[in-house]
Amino acid sequence: MTDTSIDKLARATPKTVARRIKGLSDRGIAWLFVAPTIFLLLAVNIFPLIWTIRLSFTDFRVNRPNRDVEWVGLRNYERILTDPDIWATMQATAHFLFWTIVFQVLIGFFLAFLINKKFKGNDLWTTIIVFPMMLSPAVVGNFWTFLYQPQIGLFNYVVAFFTGVDPASFSMIGSVNLAPWAIVIADTWMWSPFVMLICLAGLRSIPDSIYEAAECDRASKWRQFWTITVPMVLPFLMLAVLFRGIENFKMFDLVVQLTGGGPGNTTTLTSIDLKREAFERWRTGYSSAYAVILFVTVFGLASIYVKALNKVKER
Amino acid sequence: MSYSITEPGKGIKWVAGILVVCYALITIAPLLWIIATGFKSGPDSIAYPPKVVFEPTLEGYVNLFTDRTRATSDMLEAAGPPETWYEQIARDQGTVITGASRYGERFLNSIIIGFGSTALCMILGTAAAYAFSRFRVPLKDDLLFFILSTRMMPPIAVAIPIFLMFRNLGLNDTHLGMILLYTAVNLSLSVWLLKGFIDEIPVEYEEAALIDGYTRFQAFYKVVLPQAATGIASTAIFCLIFAWNEYAFAVLLTSGTAQTAPPFIPTIIGTSGKDWPAVAAGATIFLVPVMIFTILLRKHLLRGITFGAVRK
Amino acid sequence: MKTKHLTTAVLSSLIASSAATSALAEDLTLCWAAWDPANALVELSKNFEAESGHTMNFEFVPWTSFADRMLNELNSGGQLCDLMIGDSQWIGGGAENGHYVKLNDFFEANGIDMADFIPATVTGYAEWPKNTPNYYALPAFGDVVGWTYRKDWFERPELQEAFKAKYGRELGVPSSLEELKEIAQFFQGRDIDGTTVYGAAIYTERGSEGITMGVTNALYNYGFMYENPDKPYDLEGYVNSDGAVAALEFYKDLYDTATPPGSSNWYMGENIDAYKSGQVALQMNFAFIWPGVEADPNVGGGKSGYFPNPAGPAGQFAQLGGQGISVVAYSDKQDAALEYIQWFAQPEIQAKWWELGGYSALRAVVEDPGFAQSQPYAQTFLDSMAIVKDFWAEPAYADLLLAMQERVHNYVVAGDGTAKEALDGLVRDWTEVFEDEGKI
Repeated sequence: MTDTSIDKLARATPKTVARRIKGLSDRGIAWLFVAPTIFLLLAVNIFPLIWTIRLSFTDFRVNRPNRDVEWVGLRNYERILTDPDIWATMQATAHFLFWTIVFQVLIGFFLAFLINKKFKGNDLWTTIIVFPMMLSPAVVGNFWTFLYQPQIGLFNYVVAFFTGVDPASFSMIGSVNLAPWAIVIADTWMWSPFVMLICLAGLRSIPDSIYEAAECDRASKWRQFWTITVPMVLPFLMLAVLFRGIENFKMFDLVVQLTGGGPGNTTTLTSIDLKREAFERWRTGYSSAYAVILFVTVFGLASIYVKALNKVKER
Repeated sequence: MSYSITEPGKGIKWVAGILVVCYALITIAPLLWIIATGFKSGPDSIAYPPKVVFEPTLEGYVNLFTDRTRATSDMLEAAGPPETWYEQIARDQGTVITGASRYGERFLNSIIIGFGSTALCMILGTAAAYAFSRFRVPLKDDLLFFILSTRMMPPIAVAIPIFLMFRNLGLNDTHLGMILLYTAVNLSLSVWLLKGFIDEIPVEYEEAALIDGYTRFQAFYKVVLPQAATGIASTAIFCLIFAWNEYAFAVLLTSGTAQTAPPFIPTIIGTSGKDWPAVAAGATIFLVPVMIFTILLRKHLLRGITFGAVRK
Repeated sequence: MKTKHLTTAVLSSLIASSAATSALAEDLTLCWAAWDPANALVELSKNFEAESGHTMNFEFVPWTSFADRMLNELNSGGQLCDLMIGDSQWIGGGAENGHYVKLNDFFEANGIDMADFIPATVTGYAEWPKNTPNYYALPAFGDVVGWTYRKDWFERPELQEAFKAKYGRELGVPSSLEELKEIAQFFQGRDIDGTTVYGAAIYTERGSEGITMGVTNALYNYGFMYENPDKPYDLEGYVNSDGAVAALEFYKDLYDTATPPGSSNWYMGENIDAYKSGQVALQMNFAFIWPGVEADPNVGGGKSGYFPNPAGPAGQFAQLGGQGISVVAYSDKQDAALEYIQWFAQPEIQAKWWELGGYSALRAVVEDPGFAQSQPYAQTFLDSMAIVKDFWAEPAYADLLLAMQERVHNYVVAGDGTAKEALDGLVRDWTEVFEDEGKI
């Protein structure tokens, strides 16, 4: 793979450049070193993306290879944007995104704040807290279905132990009202440590001298927290939100294993819906348009957010 | 002893410590539950209400690695007394072992694809990162952004054309296909991380080597690579963890031959119904390497998970 | 130079010898779902390997991805499987798209007569178009939805008394779906030996085919029909008839009032877990689980009883499961694959198959005078096989199933809209699929 791509590149580049590659000049090395990466990314990322955009204007279906493919213009886009079911999945995604970020920021920041108190053994406990985020989300999701079983799982009994409610009186993944929270809880369990780590880096980047100066000014601890700690950590926190936002917008494995999108469509996030359209109904053209809409949304939101982030950093 | 006003008081430390330990215990509980379930018997694993105290057994692990069938009386007679401890465990459940299960194969696939893609990714990534770090590559910033942006796409969205492309190239459900795919997905992370690590190595070292008569390539090979070894190792572990845990592509693009463990584990079933102890045993074995890596990676964790955006 | 010659010679002799052996002994791959009967088939097939010299490999896929995975394999003309034990509903697609080899000539040449098999399994697993003598499979595994109940609980005097006081009849095997619901409601939330138990575990699963395989047991018995019997693909008034609406409401009521909390995405495995762990008094499930129930330390050994799906106002039917075994048209080892089918059809192999826990569809086995007594569930199996109905077996079955899964699950489990709206929606979805297919 690597070799052929270099050969191709060598053939495609002008002779003078080709000679330099053989001589391994700086420029040659630069090309030689970058080209395979670019080639692979073009082949596996960009080429499929262009193909997706092309397919999105057709009514192609993978499981009907013999049928004529027709150009349908913008009809796929029109159908998606006017489909109330898709807006429902967007809402489910928004709910999931919003609340996972809120909880993870609160828990993550609070934990980082506590760990930054540098108590004895904080290293060991930090490592333990970090374990969940290193696991396979699919395996985790699968096991949470087990933990959430009202009769045989652990979760309801733990809640019952602390609150005194009957463990069988509620069902996290069976109830339409609780299921959206069930996925939020599992994701928060898994990813709060991520926000914690970033916040911890932020807290540790604040020089002691600032606090010392504030102390001299007789600023209260409470005031120090709001005027020094929070603003200094904010850029880090925003970065954490960006990463979690992108990841949870793509969310598939954990939720599909946990609830399968149910009950009803209450936890059908966009990725799960897209998987159904593309790999169960095999509406390839339609789902390509769906995919393009998701790209545009995630890129759009992310770039707006990055601008905001840069402004905060400049302050 | 000097008194520092920024050093928290003893009481605060205690409170913080207790709160963090409480959180850690809660957060580790589901994991411990998974591990414990792996050592339960079938009926204990679905006991209603759940059992915290139970008699440990290796049933789950035996079931994980074997295929069994329910034994009829003449089958038992024909087979004679069990010869090994694991056969004994299978017999105690009223089954006989018919062969090895698919788990070993799937685990091996995870290893082949995980290590294969990581190795390839390191070779390509180190080279590209070095070039980006040391040379004036045309459109450098755009290229770097392009590399990063590939990670923002939902895997399901890119899976459609990749599925079609792989099918045309005969790469569906092959080790090579998955290695190339995971390499491409991981390249963005590794280029960014490695560029950060290489940026930190002073250019003067190479310049000295060049003056000593090394070629550029020798300088890279003999001076930069050893210096970047730690960075490369930790980047490699991050790539490996991603490939190890990946599910969406694996479930859509692999099935019989190249399927990895994550899509396989949730589907382990016993002689009737889901065999939770075997699922838990499979998950536990699968989690162990990642937990070891986490411990090894402690220092580089932050950099890896944030694409090098945050350094501790 | 010499060494080169030598290697060539060795190589060519190696190739020749391997070619020679492969003509005699093939490496066959059989594809099926990953479940208990499949393990039994592995055991059974050892006899075939010994007799024929062929080697058997098995590709078993979990139920939840079985259809996805295997239909994909067939649609792309894959050569993974030589033999396919495909689900009953695939037969239309298998025949029309040329995935399966037509077996009529083979049956005739080898004296295999379809009249020797249970008629419902021949129609259900082998024929396309239905009710015509065109065979694309040999019935391999008879299966049907039935009910398992806790006989030991039903026999407790205090429960019998309480039940009689409440409903004015004996606590026993229900004679109608309505009675079944009452029994399930009676057990719902009841304290038995210190734990709270629930009524019935029923199919509610969304992702593959679960809730459809469950709800049809109510639909059929209340008068739902797939199409106008006189006019194919005419759905309006049959799929969404008043009876069908009542059936769907019945199923929702059963789900709401008589199932364990959290059973919102349950299929075969979850139902088994719930039953074996003593959470429920009744479970709906395919017959394949019954040998496992009998062998279970907690609920087996006479503690459980079995009965066919009870009647409703419009008759008594049960959802057909089970599969036929077909030869895949893309295989280049079809002769060896046919040999396997020939071996499998033998009465003594079929008898052994039943003994290992495989539900034989051969009449010689099931009509044997000793059969009904051979297992506690044998009679229930026979009674159930006499009343089966199946889902669409059209080539577009996957699309039809997806629509039904979504409509029914969203109404029953999530409580979206009304039963009438759900079935009206289903008529629209199915009409669209058939229009797409050019059938209407």
